[in-house]
Amino acid sequence: MEQKKLYTLLVYSENVAGILNQVTAVFTRRQVNIESLNVSASSIPGVHKYTITVWSNEDQIEKIVRQIEKKIDVVKANYFTDDQLFIRESGLYKLSAPMVMDNPEISRTIRRFQANIIEVNPTYVIVQMHGVTEDIISLYRALDTFGCVLQYTRSGRIAVTRGMQEQVSEFLEQRENER
Amino acid sequence: MKHERITGAKALMRALQAEKVKTIFGYPGGAIMPVYDALYDYTRGEKKCFDHILVRHEQAATHAAEGYARISGEVGVAIVTSGPGVTNTLTGIADAMMDSTPIVVIAGQVATAALGTDAFQEVDLVGVAQPISKWSYQIRHADDVAWAVSRAFYIARTGRPGPVVLDFPRNAQVEETDWEPVKVTFVRSYVPYPKLDMSAVRQAAELINGAKKPLALVGQGVELGNAQRELKAFLEKAGIPAGRTMLGLSALPSDHPLNVGMLGMHGNYAVNLKEQECDVLIAIGMRFSDRVTGNLSTYARQAKVIHLDIDRSEIDKNVKTDVAVIADCKESLPAITALLTEQTHQGWRDSFRELDKKERQKVIEPAIHPKDGPLLMGEVVNEVAGQSDDDTILVTDVGQNQLFATRYFKYLRPRSICTSGGLGTMGYGMPAAIGATFAAPERTVCCFMGDGGFQMCIEELGTIMEQKAPVKMIILNNHYLGNVRQWQDMFWMRRKSFTRMMNPDYSLIARGYSIPYRAVTDRSQLAEAVAEMLTTTGPFILECAIREEDNVLPMTPPGMDVSQMMLEI
Repeated sequence: MEQKKLYTLLVYSENVAGILNQVTAVFTRRQVNIESLNVSASSIPGVHKYTITVWSNEDQIEKIVRQIEKKIDVVKANYFTDDQLFIRESGLYKLSAPMVMDNPEISRTIRRFQANIIEVNPTYVIVQMHGVTEDIISLYRALDTFGCVLQYTRSGRIAVTRGMQEQVSEFLEQRENER
Repeated sequence: MKHERITGAKALMRALQAEKVKTIFGYPGGAIMPVYDALYDYTRGEKKCFDHILVRHEQAATHAAEGYARISGEVGVAIVTSGPGVTNTLTGIADAMMDSTPIVVIAGQVATAALGTDAFQEVDLVGVAQPISKWSYQIRHADDVAWAVSRAFYIARTGRPGPVVLDFPRNAQVEETDWEPVKVTFVRSYVPYPKLDMSAVRQAAELINGAKKPLALVGQGVELGNAQRELKAFLEKAGIPAGRTMLGLSALPSDHPLNVGMLGMHGNYAVNLKEQECDVLIAIGMRFSDRVTGNLSTYARQAKVIHLDIDRSEIDKNVKTDVAVIADCKESLPAITALLTEQTHQGWRDSFRELDKKERQKVIEPAIHPKDGPLLMGEVVNEVAGQSDDDTILVTDVGQNQLFATRYFKYLRPRSICTSGGLGTMGYGMPAAIGATFAAPERTVCCFMGDGGFQMCIEELGTIMEQKAPVKMIILNNHYLGNVRQWQDMFWMRRKSFTRMMNPDYSLIARGYSIPYRAVTDRSQLAEAVAEMLTTTGPFILECAIREEDNVLPMTPPGMDVSQMMLEI
């Protein structure tokens, strides 16, 4: 069995109800867990972009992507490894304010990770961080050793490709010419 | 321009008319009543443009639509109500998805204001249908009807065909719209006919030209693409022997010299063994089902694989391909043929004969010409095949009846077989046969069923009676769910767990429906009984008392290598 790797899928679809269901059903059918998922409008009017991360292998991910792309309202689906993408995630950390006040090491840790404090009040402090998955998790682990974390959440991944081609807009342009 | 104001239900009628629908299989109910009210005018009198066939169960509406589609090459249509009406169609929708059959199922739905409230007969149809349909859509406004219906038919019939589901809430059926016809011929996110890649064509031709032992595997894609002629030209130019999948049986006539039989678990012996010997395997419009390949890890490892398919997601799904030609085979086959050198491969083709002879002697002759003992399924099929016209349509149910029927019937005309391949749906036979009679009223339709499958959609005898649908029903009665029983005997220590079945008196059932009936219990009556069935106008039930514990052979046990196919147990 091939080793599992983290893949990022970029899926573009028409903006109609029920697409998310169709996309996730392809994973459900094979009992593959989605690690993270981000859905938003893309730069192309009327087209939504899904960024999905999943642990899989080349053979399986290729079949999954083709079955997603086969859905009528899916415009394009591709899979990438991390080296082919610019990747960003966000983390939010809600910390106990008294503990942050008591222990200057906590603030130093936040600065060391280049995270920002975006809200302070007598009971809690909100810290935000943008970066790659590992850094966001590392900051959580570091803060957790102080026992000061009240809540922690990490966003789904967003990503843009490193390649020169803008595949989706080129595809749509070509399709319009075929009309 | 002034438009006519009509209801959504009437707009549906006009949209169906625009799609040239002739036959609708359906069953009314609460949430689809406005549509049925509109249908009243369109099925009689001056305005008549549809025949509506009232089935007895919604599942049958979808199977009938499938049978209709398979034989006519057009889109089959079913109309049902919401809730249980449409959940009953899910088996047919899944069946059509597996077997690439173009049908459109239109279902009533509660009014949009009531959606999500667990209203009476509400079910989240789009939600449940999505994974088993090619496209599912809810028509929320009467204004959307023309567009949605045209898009539904476009998607169902183009590319790799499949089932489309339209969920039609009641309010959209009754509200009015300015009628304006719409013709969808383009969906930007959907590429039904991928552009033929000429470099792949050249690579494929090169491999075939260099092959010493080429073997073609012909699937239903050839029929769906109406490429029977292109297939023949391709095979004949390069002298390539061809096996056919169960769904592809009539893509190449049985009597064609390059036909080497049926693929698969219970297919023909030679072609199964030769899959493990060929040097170039050319799969045409087929999907390497596990029933064809057996053990994938050993399947055709020695061969270079060329896969012609219209659906990119089939490439490398089960069998790794060396050359993929992703296009409609109506286009790709002639392109490859043009680059082929003429060959006969006579020695290679002759090498099938020795194995054929072995199969004929060990399996076929004993199955179709038994000397004594009770009747066998194979001989009944053989008798019907022998006496019926060349353009007869074979419909089967699922199980031993299907395996014997597909093995021993004849396929001399395109679109001559209706069978549930991928999903293996018992109960498919009778309603699909009804659909087939409406698709081709001039052709004889013979439907082989076991006593199990016959009872699974037995209510459709009502439809057959009412429509006088000329289905020749052959019940191969062995008092068993025969195929499961065969597996229990072979792989489950002969523990026959709930496969023996008590049967009703079918003569009384036939009488209840006023359908001519005849029973055959002895070999000496068979030929004459089959003749009576085939010459009787309208429907007929021929019940054959079959040897109880007969087995379908040859057989590749599940998960084994195709070369381990057994001629005897």
